[in-house]
Amino acid sequence: MTEAAERGRSATADDLPAWPMMKPAGCPFDPPQALRALHAGRPISRVRLWDGSDPWLVTRYDDVRALLGDPRVSASSLNPGFPHTDAGFKERFRRSLTFLNMDAPEHGRIRRMVTPPFAVKRVEAMRPNIQKLTDQLIEDMLAGPKPADLIQELALPLPSLVISELLGVPYEDHEFFQDTNGILVNRNSSPEEVARGVDALRTFLENLIDQKLASPGSDMLTELAHQRVAAGELTRREAADLGLLLLTAGHETTANMIGLGTLLLLEHPDQLAVMRDSEDPRVAADAVEELLRYLTIPHLGRRRVAASDIEIGGELIHAGEGIILAADVANREAEVFTDPDRLDVRRDARRHVAFGYGVHQCLGQPLARVELQVVWGTLFRRVPTLALATTVDRVPFKHDALIYGIYELPVTW
Amino acid sequence: MHVEVDPPKCVTSGQCVMIAPEVFDQDDEGIVRLLDAEPAPELREAVTEAAAICPAAVIRLVHE
Repeated sequence: MTEAAERGRSATADDLPAWPMMKPAGCPFDPPQALRALHAGRPISRVRLWDGSDPWLVTRYDDVRALLGDPRVSASSLNPGFPHTDAGFKERFRRSLTFLNMDAPEHGRIRRMVTPPFAVKRVEAMRPNIQKLTDQLIEDMLAGPKPADLIQELALPLPSLVISELLGVPYEDHEFFQDTNGILVNRNSSPEEVARGVDALRTFLENLIDQKLASPGSDMLTELAHQRVAAGELTRREAADLGLLLLTAGHETTANMIGLGTLLLLEHPDQLAVMRDSEDPRVAADAVEELLRYLTIPHLGRRRVAASDIEIGGELIHAGEGIILAADVANREAEVFTDPDRLDVRRDARRHVAFGYGVHQCLGQPLARVELQVVWGTLFRRVPTLALATTVDRVPFKHDALIYGIYELPVTW
Repeated sequence: MHVEVDPPKCVTSGQCVMIAPEVFDQDDEGIVRLLDAEPAPELREAVTEAAAICPAAVIRLVHE
């Protein structure tokens, strides 16, 4: 058992279940059994965190959406009741504050500075380039040795290349930012390790911003440098923190989906065949939504704190109390998604909350969608004999990370 | 069917554009732009879906 899980265990001196909960070894794609039991029997209850605090855990789909969309619910991590799931994450969000952990009006003011490149039309215009990158990465993999690690060959590089180009971060630095981000997303990282990682990434980005001020490119960091920092709307540090958020969120999440989703499809060959055998872009689009729903990779829950008293589901959440919204189990609710534990790439899964809900809903979602549509729309056609070069029980899943995924995925063809 | 949007609340998730591109677009900043406030009846389902999915409750359907 990981050290974190042991901490979780011992923190439960009473009968409150410890949070987070681990997926059992035999069911790596499903929410934990204990979480499903709460969803069925006690949809709103309290859990015990690493620091002894006892925030609320909300599991039903309607309640998750209602609270994420409720202006009485705050995302501010500075609030003492904010339910950080680990000491390292607490340090991360203390050290690098972005609009992710702000409320209106600051949240909207800053978020809008970075949303334009993610508009649907602009992301669609990136599709040909994303396709070219995907094609090249797959060709390189096929030219190399077997088995290959799909994470290193495709899952990580594709979103990293794309977000690097969008931001104006040199891809040559990808090992540095990927490895440093690995520390930031690991539950077992100490606050000191996280602090060093955040500072290193921030310094790296501040230097880039200085470079862009001197010689502008046509990328987002240049825009932030010239239009916001130079205009006094953002400090250099705030701009660097924004870059840090987009750089890390922009590759880690999609990389995890590519790895996990590919494995899931390999385990469901009938579903894989649907994607492989159709050139209709709507088939790929529907399949991506279903995979997002089924996997819901932010598995530690959305984290909030009540700004005033809230009555919900027969309970009273007091102002200042922490709230954890378990989107993964909400996405497996039978009343919303018929036969929810069945992977069905043809179903209409658009109402899922894998990207969250409310004003903080994932900013990068249009880009994530295009990347995933391109990767899965290409991979199985180009490599029709793609197969797992190990067994599922040997695959190292990211049980201990902020975002669920796979560390290494050996494949052959 | 009459559709209204509240642009200051928009968070640019873009889902309305993907679901009902005949009715919704985004401006240069990604903020919702209503293309047709009186869409044809056959678009009712799509517009209803867009309103339900919008994470910021920006879209309002007024049934006359």
